[in-house]
Amino acid sequence: MPSTPHKPSIIMKEEYKLSHLKELEAESIHIIREVAAEFENPVMLYSIGKDSSVMVRLAEKAFAPGKVPFPLMHIDSKWKFKEMIQFRDEYAKKYGWNLIVESNMEAFRAGVGPFTHGSKVHTDIMKTQALLHALDKYKFDAAFGGARRDEEKSRAKERIFSFRNEFHQWDPKHQRPELWDIYNTRIRKGESIRVFPLSNWTELDVWQYIRLEKIPIVPLYFAKVRPVVNIDGQLIMPDDDRLPAKYKDKIEMKKIRFRTLGCWPLTGAIESDADTIEKIVEEMMTTTKSERTTRVIDFDQEASMEQKKREGYF
Amino acid sequence: MEGEERGTMSIEEFLKKDEQKDLLRFLTAGSVDDGKSTLIGRLLFDSKKLYEDQLDALERDSKRVGNAGEHIDYALLLDGLKAEREQGITIDVAYRYFSTNNRKFIIADTPGHEQYTRNMITGGSTANLAVILVDARTGVITQTRRHTYLVSLLGIKHVVLAVNKMDLVDFSKEVFDKIVSDYQAFISPLGIPDLQCIPLSALDGDNVVEKSQRTPWYDGPSLLEFLETVKIGNDHNLKDFRYPVQYVLRPNLDFRGFCGKVASGIVRKGDEVLALPSGKKSHIKSIVTYEGEIDYAFPPMSVTLTLEDEIDVSRGEMLVHPDNVPSIGRNFEAMLVWMDEEVMDMEKSFFLKQTTNTSRTRIDHIEYKVDINTMEHLSVENGRLKKEDVPMQLNQIARVVLTSSKEIFFDPYTQNKATGSFILIDPITNNTSAVGMIIGSIDEKDVRNTMELPVLNLPKLNIPTEHYETVDKIVKELNRQGIALDVKK
Repeated sequence: MPSTPHKPSIIMKEEYKLSHLKELEAESIHIIREVAAEFENPVMLYSIGKDSSVMVRLAEKAFAPGKVPFPLMHIDSKWKFKEMIQFRDEYAKKYGWNLIVESNMEAFRAGVGPFTHGSKVHTDIMKTQALLHALDKYKFDAAFGGARRDEEKSRAKERIFSFRNEFHQWDPKHQRPELWDIYNTRIRKGESIRVFPLSNWTELDVWQYIRLEKIPIVPLYFAKVRPVVNIDGQLIMPDDDRLPAKYKDKIEMKKIRFRTLGCWPLTGAIESDADTIEKIVEEMMTTTKSERTTRVIDFDQEASMEQKKREGYF
Repeated sequence: MEGEERGTMSIEEFLKKDEQKDLLRFLTAGSVDDGKSTLIGRLLFDSKKLYEDQLDALERDSKRVGNAGEHIDYALLLDGLKAEREQGITIDVAYRYFSTNNRKFIIADTPGHEQYTRNMITGGSTANLAVILVDARTGVITQTRRHTYLVSLLGIKHVVLAVNKMDLVDFSKEVFDKIVSDYQAFISPLGIPDLQCIPLSALDGDNVVEKSQRTPWYDGPSLLEFLETVKIGNDHNLKDFRYPVQYVLRPNLDFRGFCGKVASGIVRKGDEVLALPSGKKSHIKSIVTYEGEIDYAFPPMSVTLTLEDEIDVSRGEMLVHPDNVPSIGRNFEAMLVWMDEEVMDMEKSFFLKQTTNTSRTRIDHIEYKVDINTMEHLSVENGRLKKEDVPMQLNQIARVVLTSSKEIFFDPYTQNKATGSFILIDPITNNTSAVGMIIGSIDEKDVRNTMELPVLNLPKLNIPTEHYETVDKIVKELNRQGIALDVKK
């Protein structure tokens, strides 16, 4: 851990005032500690993406010099990029996290996947159902997620402490009022709270923080020449031999990177030269497509993210 | 502006500048009819926050279900949920983010019509500033007064009166001046220190981002200029050090750290501190962060404090400077806003959460309710309130006296938001039933129903002294859960 005191560049010129990033950091740390103090059995959901990487670092900060008092859980859909899995295992080992990995093995053995069952069925069975099953299995009463409010319309209306009933469902019309920094953490047995410490961060804040704090992220975010195949307008990188045969002769090499990471058949790459964080930010600011357009799941039905949230998916 | 602001700046220079930006949180109040969605849509649009695919979707939706004729219907972009689009209503609060050269902004966007009190209070609790919209054709109306009263109740110090639809009154100076003077007369008793009135047209963009040519008589800033430059300083209280302990960190026998957020005031290494309620004193040995030790901390920093002496401090307790202590007591007066659809049950014992402290509380009595349209007081005494109407209902505001089952440490909300705010949680439904802003402590004699603490007389119960330690542990745990007992040994 670095021993340098406060980075002078982040303290504002005016005394006793924090920069926006330090203010967001302080808010997130307060949220994370509140959960550790008030819940019996919290867990941090880890998607291995850049937002998760920031959230995990904030948890490490919240309890330094001690150890984070809750585990990290990854729901492995069995279709994640290999580089993500490798990164996950190395990071957890290096920083001493208790890592739980859960998958819907039954469905996996039965051959459920995006190419055979479509994105909707795959996401429901391998992600949502696997997550709900894991939450029930360990009886977690609070689960942190790395979602930001600026990502998507339905998330903009969600509380930081988001109540879920015993079926893990979100009811947008009956959200608890949330004022100041006083969070209502009271639940009955079987109910739970999803907690979003990064609610007020924007995509630029996340990148800026990764840059300033030198937070490790999966290399797939940086541009490199990789094999891709165009499937319905999305550039898909075949990561293993489960790519259907009909696409195999259409693979081409392109300099690409990923703006978000998920299941490889459902995550479109973009052509890019951005191989540093600075270039990524530059690209992001001149881009004309929002972050989630490379996510296949957002388009597969009307109001789909809202629907998935109601069903319990993040 | 993110795209444009860079101009010839290199990306490294841009990021360097971005690091230094501060954060302004603001609330927008007004109804769709006032052009609020259009105004927010324009702020986001002109700051390039809308991406091409969102614009495509917006244009598609505008043609399909829009209510703005030829114009892009920004309301469609802002009203995100399926249920809202179908029913044409806006649920609760939505948060929006944008940034300019100098600042990052978080907008808490609350609908003005239905459930306005609950929505506005929810959206405004963390806001530094409020933008209140009025239609230039109608001027200051009941709704404007209502919004302004709620803003003052929340202690928001900066208010922008955005006089919208100036294009429909021919950008008349007379119309604007009349609205401003009406509003100033109304606002002066409310104690809002900073007011800026701006004539604008959200639809055409006049005085939203750029100064308009059509209001040559107006020499103030455009809305965005004002938002970018208004000095919010540090709106936190920097005088009175209050540190509610949030979490006790004991990674090993040599380290006992008290994690928390500096609620107010400044704490320095070496300061003498007093722990409440134990009254024990010690000195700050170190202020620990992930990056290492620092010399001082201020709000809203989240830090970890270690003390020179080994004194026992738990979550819910508070560290302060010995010469500057908050009010300590079980009886207090507050402005309460009822947020629950269930009517207040005066017999219920609610959970009171204030800072990191949870206790049980009862509503002792209601002094008066406030008619938020006229700000008049309604009480049984002045004959404006029937006895059966005393219990509070959704969206009502009242001045109440509360009694908590254990001592709490607080300051008046007007002096210290962090230690003067609380929520009430229904013990059965777990809903956040009410939120409150403390006015001050109140004498025992002014409390109508004294709430005696249950007594646990150990000798009387024939409990052998060797069990006293265990009893103490249990009492402490009950205390943590908000139930206080008076233990006699």
